Amino acid sequence: MKTLFGLALALTLIPLAAADGKYGGENRGRPLQPAQVNAKWQQECASCHIAYAPGLLPAASWRKIMSGLDKHFGDDATLSAQENQEISAFLVNNASNRWSANTAPLRITESQWFKAKHNSREIAPETWKRPSVKSPANCQACHVDAARADFNEHRIKIPK
Amino acid sequence: MNKLLLTIVTLAIALPLIAEANPIQDGYRAAAKQENPGFKDFSAARGQAFYSAKSGDLACASCHGSSPKSAGKHAKTGKDIQPMAPAVNAQRFADAAKVEKWFGRNCKDVLNRACSAQEKGDFIAYMLSVK
Repeated sequence: MKTLFGLALALTLIPLAAADGKYGGENRGRPLQPAQVNAKWQQECASCHIAYAPGLLPAASWRKIMSGLDKHFGDDATLSAQENQEISAFLVNNASNRWSANTAPLRITESQWFKAKHNSREIAPETWKRPSVKSPANCQACHVDAARADFNEHRIKIPK
Repeated sequence: MNKLLLTIVTLAIALPLIAEANPIQDGYRAAAKQENPGFKDFSAARGQAFYSAKSGDLACASCHGSSPKSAGKHAKTGKDIQPMAPAVNAQRFADAAKVEKWFGRNCKDVLNRACSAQEKGDFIAYMLSVK
């Protein structure tokens, strides 16, 4: 009985703990993406990869990324000053609202929530290397509707 | 009647020539003359060689595919890239700012420098020649 009570108490405490320091404060936002998205963000970011949802990173990350587009993970992704300003504003205004840590990774895959959700027990390291997956940045390989910020785990299809 | 026939014949000859012309390429022609007083014209053959030539690990063709008539794939992200040739993709070389933006980015990616107006014009000449 005591154990049961302890368990029940622990279970009620989990959401409390989750509200703040979940994933060491590196938690993605909710919603990940506003219902109305910015057309320039969609058009420009999706030229080379899916337009990653703003809520996947904190505002500080987006500021860093948008100020270094001339060296964007090895590619030149320079925008005009006006486009940059407009897209930055959309990203920063809709950045993760649940990120409390004083961190600002450049890669979504470096965040604690990402690592926890994609741990090696659930996804073998070899899976990432499949040509059909190519890299962890290729969300839509498994999250079929990632481009619409749909990362629901019931709709994951890991390709062979 | 003869007049109509003449118009049709004239159009038949002129239309393919008009189709070849590209205002964006014309802009690069003016710039190329500025760059080099000895500038003659753009060359599709030179453009083709430029398109396939590797600089380090990359060529234009690394992402855009060996044929500008087919879709390519981004070498790093794997994202599909629509064909480059206007003959199969009417959106190509239709928006000067877009063309200049991508030359600006991709010349740095592939060549580590900006492209000359001559190179850009040759590139477009090749793309327009692909049918």
